[in-house]
Amino acid sequence: MLVLGLVIGFPLLGFLVLLAFGKRIGDPGAGWVGTIAIALSFVAAVVTWILLLSKHAGQRTQVLRLFQWIHAGGFHVNITFRADPLSVVMMLFVTGVAALIHLYSIGYMKRDARFHQFFVYLNLFVFSMLVLVTANNLPLTFLGWEGVGACSYWLISFWFERPSAASAGKKAFIINRIGDMGFMLGTFLVFENLHSVSYSQVLPAAHRLPAGTAEAIALLFFLAAAGKSAQLPLFTWLLDAMEGPTPVSALIHAATMVTAGVYLMARLSPILALAHAASTTIAIIGVVTAFVAAMAATSQTDIKKIVAFSTVSQLGYMMLGIGTGAYVAAIFLMVTHAFYKALIFLSSGSVIHSLDSEQSIRRMGALAKLMPITAWTMIIAWLSIAGVPPFSGFFSKGSILEDAFGRNELLWVVGVVTALLTAYYMGRLVFVVFYGKPRWQEVTKGHEPHESPRIMTIPLIVLAVAAAVAGLLNLPYSGLRFLHNWLSPVFGSALVSYHLSASEKVLLPATDAVVALLGVVIAWRLWRNHSERKALEPTVLLKGWYLDSFYDRTFARGGTALAKFGDRVVDPTIIDGAVGGVAWLFRWVGGLGRKVQSGLVRSYLLIMVGGIVVMLAYVLVSAAR
Amino acid sequence: MSIPGSWYLVVAALLFGLGAFGVLTRRNVIVMFMSVELMLNAVNLTFVTYARMLNDVGGQVAVFFVLVVAAAEVVVGLGIIVAIFRHRATVTVDDISSLKG
Repeated sequence: MLVLGLVIGFPLLGFLVLLAFGKRIGDPGAGWVGTIAIALSFVAAVVTWILLLSKHAGQRTQVLRLFQWIHAGGFHVNITFRADPLSVVMMLFVTGVAALIHLYSIGYMKRDARFHQFFVYLNLFVFSMLVLVTANNLPLTFLGWEGVGACSYWLISFWFERPSAASAGKKAFIINRIGDMGFMLGTFLVFENLHSVSYSQVLPAAHRLPAGTAEAIALLFFLAAAGKSAQLPLFTWLLDAMEGPTPVSALIHAATMVTAGVYLMARLSPILALAHAASTTIAIIGVVTAFVAAMAATSQTDIKKIVAFSTVSQLGYMMLGIGTGAYVAAIFLMVTHAFYKALIFLSSGSVIHSLDSEQSIRRMGALAKLMPITAWTMIIAWLSIAGVPPFSGFFSKGSILEDAFGRNELLWVVGVVTALLTAYYMGRLVFVVFYGKPRWQEVTKGHEPHESPRIMTIPLIVLAVAAAVAGLLNLPYSGLRFLHNWLSPVFGSALVSYHLSASEKVLLPATDAVVALLGVVIAWRLWRNHSERKALEPTVLLKGWYLDSFYDRTFARGGTALAKFGDRVVDPTIIDGAVGGVAWLFRWVGGLGRKVQSGLVRSYLLIMVGGIVVMLAYVLVSAAR
Repeated sequence: MSIPGSWYLVVAALLFGLGAFGVLTRRNVIVMFMSVELMLNAVNLTFVTYARMLNDVGGQVAVFFVLVVAAAEVVVGLGIIVAIFRHRATVTVDDISSLKG
């Protein structure tokens, strides 16, 4: 499986080349180096896929062992990569979408002062992401997990001259620490119970776990996933993460990194299958996150914030799929979401780019005629995410909702309401930004916004095609469930299949379609000629349910107060006091010794003679005894 | 009739005490130096006395070493004194206390 090494190796090579020579290669050469590295990685991923395809369904798990990483007593960790149907799906869409976004970034980041630096981080990110999805043991996955986290931090605060960008990066990093604690504790528990951390050994042996332990492990890893994949109550960092350049939002905070949590859950499906309470918790948190975030998305005025809440909402759907045992549906939604959400971000980026970094939808409008490609690709993405047939979202979201219905009707109801909201808030975005009256004159100072250069529109068109037709990957008809057939050996018995009656099989997709169209129509009626409707944009939703200010008040302020207390009290008295005290002690002892050092030769001699007399006296007395 | 060895030892002890007293009480470096020589020779006298009393030539050998070392010490010591005198125009030890802590 050497080609697997190439999939991971090309981004690493690109990263190293850019790190060493990036500045010399400059703009736009550095961008092309980065793009080609990822494109080659995509080609290698395709070759890996074909190699696996040529094998029998039961033997599609290939392992590439490089060397031993950690060895301590009975604890072994190897640098081992795994190509199986699940990781190949991840590899393909990660490298594919990443290559397109790299290409787009060449245009978007043009003339940025740190152009080459951007691609250094981007290539390192893709490398880390590939390590994450192909690792064959938990610590190596964690390495990739932290790698993408670090790249996310660097890229969110890429324009660190802005204080808001710098603090947004820190916020993402700190909130993710909460999840990482869950990842580590989960790993410890797995090792404690199964004496291994390698997937090849842990996953087949998962059934040996006691039920309570399995629940604990599942919940701990879900904590990790909730941090990375922005689930309640940890999603606030993803909104601030929009401070990064838009291609970063598209790649990291929509298509790939934030889905790592979903991937982790899918990877650990044999453990999840044993944890019923944990699965139910995951499903509930997922669907509530989807609903809460979709509600918040309806009232945002920053174009990227709308899309960010939308991402949180879609990730909630994926977690709903994980919680109901619909792993294939979750991965299916992950792939289609990667296409249409990356597209939405890139189209938004195209708008922002042409309006001199303006992000408020209040100052956009009527851009459809001026930016036809951007507008049309955005509309395709909108119809996909809304779930309008036959676009990809209809099939992927539909299969999630079907399984949710099979598990519990209430989950399905909340899911469908969220679907309605999804169609509505994205419709609001499209109508307010691309139709209505132009409100951008102040921003552009007279000149008209124009379509982005071809290097940016080509990725848009490719992604639009993918977003439109990705439903073909897994059509709900026997014989056409390609993704299902491909992935089901990985999940095995963990994959739950619900039996729906014939009428339900027709009515559920029909409901989805009707709801999606309803959302589109409502958005059209309400927002076609309006850019502001106070009644529909309550402040509580605009502020994201005040969750951020709640955290600020409860945790951040307490932490700040504690730090200030340390600065004012602990540091000057205890720390400085200890350091100063030691110095004072030595000075005092030295002062005693100084008196002996009088500089008078005769007093030295007196001491010397005195010493000799004492010694002689001692010798004489002891001799006499 | 010969004088007993212990008398020599008493004389040597007196000479040594005289020398030590001189070193401790005099302020002039030259005089201190002479007192040191006195102490050295008191020790020499002790060595010789014991060599005689114990019939061991080792004591006399030690005296030669002491004489050589004393000569060398005088050379170095006087050199230092001359250097200090040139520098500060004084040989009073109490005035030379630059190494006071």
